[in-house]
Parts: sequence; structure tokens; C-alpha cells
Amino acid sequence: MAAPIIRIDSITKRYGPLTVLDGLSMEVLPGEKLALIGPSGSGKTTILRILMTLETISGGHIEVDGEQLYHMPRNGGLVPADERYLHRMREKIGMVFQHFNLFPHKCVLDNVTLAPMLTKGVAKAEAEKRAMELLDMVGMADKAKSMPAQLSGGQKQRVAIARALALSPKIMLFDEVTSALDPELVEEVLNVMRKLAAETDMTMLLVTHEMGFAHDFADRVLFFDRGKIVEEGKPDDIFRHPRQERTQTFLRKILAAGHRL
Amino acid sequence: MEWDWNFVWQIMPTLLEGLKITILATALGAALAAVIGLVFAILRMTAPKPLARATSFVVEFIRGTPLLVQLYFIFYVLPDIGIRLPALLAGVIGLGLHYGTYAAEVYRAGIENVPRGQWEAAKATNLTGRQTWIHVILPQALPPMIPALANYLIAMFKETPLLSAITVLELMNQAKSVANSSYRYIEPMTLVGVFFLIMSLISVVFLRFLEERYARVEER
Ligand SMILES: Nc1ncnc2c1ncn2[C@@H]1O[C@H](COP(=O)(O)OP(=O)(O)OP(=O)(O)O)[C@@H](O)[C@H]1O
Ligand SMILES: [Mg+2]
Repeated sequence: MAAPIIRIDSITKRYGPLTVLDGLSMEVLPGEKLALIGPSGSGKTTILRILMTLETISGGHIEVDGEQLYHMPRNGGLVPADERYLHRMREKIGMVFQHFNLFPHKCVLDNVTLAPMLTKGVAKAEAEKRAMELLDMVGMADKAKSMPAQLSGGQKQRVAIARALALSPKIMLFDEVTSALDPELVEEVLNVMRKLAAETDMTMLLVTHEMGFAHDFADRVLFFDRGKIVEEGKPDDIFRHPRQERTQTFLRKILAAGHRL
Repeated sequence: MEWDWNFVWQIMPTLLEGLKITILATALGAALAAVIGLVFAILRMTAPKPLARATSFVVEFIRGTPLLVQLYFIFYVLPDIGIRLPALLAGVIGLGLHYGTYAAEVYRAGIENVPRGQWEAAKATNLTGRQTWIHVILPQALPPMIPALANYLIAMFKETPLLSAITVLELMNQAKSVANSSYRYIEPMTLVGVFFLIMSLISVVFLRFLEERYARVEER
């Protein structure tokens, strides 16, 4: 079996007096599609944000692709990573946000080409060619010159996916990428994600309340509650035969709330 | 007292001399305010706590005292500790410091109005801090600041007569001197008012243009 591409080793995250993650450990294999589910406030977003280095951790270690994420080697030991080190580590990871966070002053094409040109020194023509391929993949090629404000939520999110893909990260993080969308726009984004899962060997971590999608998409499902992994397993096992009572209660509630499986 | 057109033409060159100084003081004061404001804003937002606090204190202090007092201080008190400045320079520094505190506030509000998600998207696409400022934050923060900054520019322009108190030969001072030597006030003071009005009207038109233009960029 291949070595894990992400190794989270008893990390702790505190916001002031509030402990959100308390000694959490987990591993993700290269190419694995992982779904993180659980009640609101259980720390799912926090884990993704920590992996994207948008937060700091209060304790523990994270290894990504064989290297420490928040620590760098120095004189045979480990010291907290500096900005330069983090910058290099971020190359391995991309993230798609719940609220898209497109750059509103740039057209669709420029949203996708900006980072490759700035961070990898890709020439404009080449960056645009690659961006058009990606926009085509997400079905947004005909809107390349539109401004984000002219797009629907589903279209924005598909552009945001293309923007993240343009940097070819080894790991992609998706934080409830459909939950800010009108119901009729959810499917177009999920279709892109399905295609992505089928066509690439990228490692993907997905936080979602779309249980049906999580079931089809994921190789493995983690159920979180209060910053801890309560149960994990194959989608069929978690969704059809949950063993833990908290998982059962959660699934019953979310299905009663009208979510499909 | 009758309006005397002959007198008007006679004093016009002197007043235009003054107007030139007024415009020069406004332009230099605004440039200085723009830079000082940036320094204040950056110190307040990014400096270590003690320095940020000290900056806030200085900003509040400058804002809480009248410009006229500050001008007197710079021109008449600083020489006591050996700092002797030409009148115009003292005036420009006074305007720049005073309006720099307002500019700082505009900058701060403009930057803080850029949503946190923009910083995070920049980080997630691995931009450096510098690239984030240049390509993501400032292009969004600056356009909405322009109308507010232009408003302060107009306000500053209308406060330049205060510089006459420290002997700067700007428009108001020139008008006063021709009035005092001829005992005719109506023409010089009316002209001062008209000059300021014309300049303000031009500025307002320009301001509307800026607002339109930057509103359009957003919609494009
Ligand atoms: N910046 C912050 N400051 C203080 N508390 C925070 C902050 N961000 C998150 N939290 C808290 O951390 C806990 C976990 O939040 P997180 O966003 O990770 O939950 P989640 O599982 O993603 O929930 P949801 O399903 O609602 O998105 C919550 O109690 C939240 O209130
Ligand atoms: Mg969340």
C-alpha cells in the first residue's frame, strides 16, 4: 500500500477558550476521495482550513506529501514553518470555498490564469490555453470573458474549481461547495465534481451535507462530531449500516430534513 | 459702495498669483496627505501593538486639534527648537499631516471592506503577500476610496485660506493685502469667493466623473 499523502498526527485547534479539534489524527492515501460529514460546528471546515494553511494549529503535526506542513526542518529538529516554507507547501494543495471567492475585478479567464502566471511564471499564452481547457472541462469556456458578477452561483463555483485546478495541486479541498447554491444549480456543480473524480487521480477531501453525493463520490467517509472522528468506513457501510449511535442519529436527522441518499 | 470693474482688472494679476499658490499648496498638501495617510494606515493595521497604539494616538491627536493651531505650531513654535521652515512648506506640512489622518481612515475602511474570502482565495492560489496586495486587494479597495478622497481634497482646498495666518501669500492673503491697502473689500473678497466656487464646481464635476467611471469598472 502506498504511503499516506496526508498524515494528521494528534492536532489540536483552539479558538481562545474553545477547543475545536482535540488530538485529531487521520491519514489520507494518494488519490483517495474522502468525504467528511457531521453536524454543524463539528470542525469539518476547520480541518480543511488547517490543511490550506488558512489557520494555525495549537498542537500536533501534519505531514503532506512526505513533508511537514506547519514545521520545517532546521538543525536536525523541527521549527515552526516560516512564510517561505508555507508558500512552497501550498503548491501541493488547492481549495474551493463555499462562497466561491472569485476575484470580482477580474474576468473569468483572468481568475484562472492569475495564479499560474504569478506563482509559476507560466507565460500568458500558455496559461490562457490551459485555462480554456479547464473552463471547457467545467462547461464555462463560453463565459471566459464574463465578469464574476454576471454569473450564477453554479457558474461561479465551476470557475472557482477551474481556478484551483489550474495550479495542478496534488490535493484538492472542497468545503460545502454547493451549499450556497440555489437547489436547481447544485447538480451542475456536482456533475463537474463527478467528472473530476473519475478523470483525475488527485486526492480529494470533500466536506458536504449532500449525503447522496458523498455516497457516490467517496472511497471513504469520515463522520465527525465535536472535533473527533466518531466513525469511518466505506460509503455503503456508513450510510446503510452505521454502527455508532451518533452517526445513526445524525443520518436520521439529515434524511428527515429532506436530503436524499 | 459701487462695484468697480477697473479695480477688478487692476487687482486680478495679484489675485491670480495668490490662486497659483493656493492650488500649489493644495496639490502638494494632497500628495503629502496621500503618502502620510498610507503610512498611518499601514502602521495602524500591521505594526506591532505598541507602535500601532502610538500611531492611533497621534492620529486622534492631530484630528482632535484645529488645523489653525497646528499651522501656528509648525510655523511659529518649531523655530524655538531650531526647526525653521519656509511659510509655504510649513503650510503644506500642516495640510498634509491634518488631512493625512483622514486619508488614513479612508484607506483603512477601504481595505477592511475587501472581504476576508479574498485574502483566503489569494492564499489558496498560493499568491505571495505582495502579489495579494497588488493583484487582489488594492484593485478592489482603491476605486471605492476615490470619491471619499476627492471629497477631502475639496475640503482641503477650501481650508487653504488658513495658510494666510502663517504668511503664505495664497489667494486669501493677497486679497486681504490689496483690500487693506485700498480700503476696498467688495471686489477682492467677491473674487476670492468666485474663484473658490469655480474651482469647487470643477472639482465636483470631476468627482462625479470619477464616481461614474469606477462604478462602471465594477459592472464591466
Ligand atoms: N474564527 C473562529 N473563531 C472562533 N471560533 C471559531 C472560528 N471558526 C470556527 N469556530 C468554531 O469552531 C467550531 C468548528 O467550526 P467549523 O466551521 O469547523 O465547523 P463545521 O463542521 O464546518 O460546521 P458547518 O457544518 O456548520 O460548516 C465551531 O464551534 C465554530 O463556532
Ligand atoms: Mg463548515
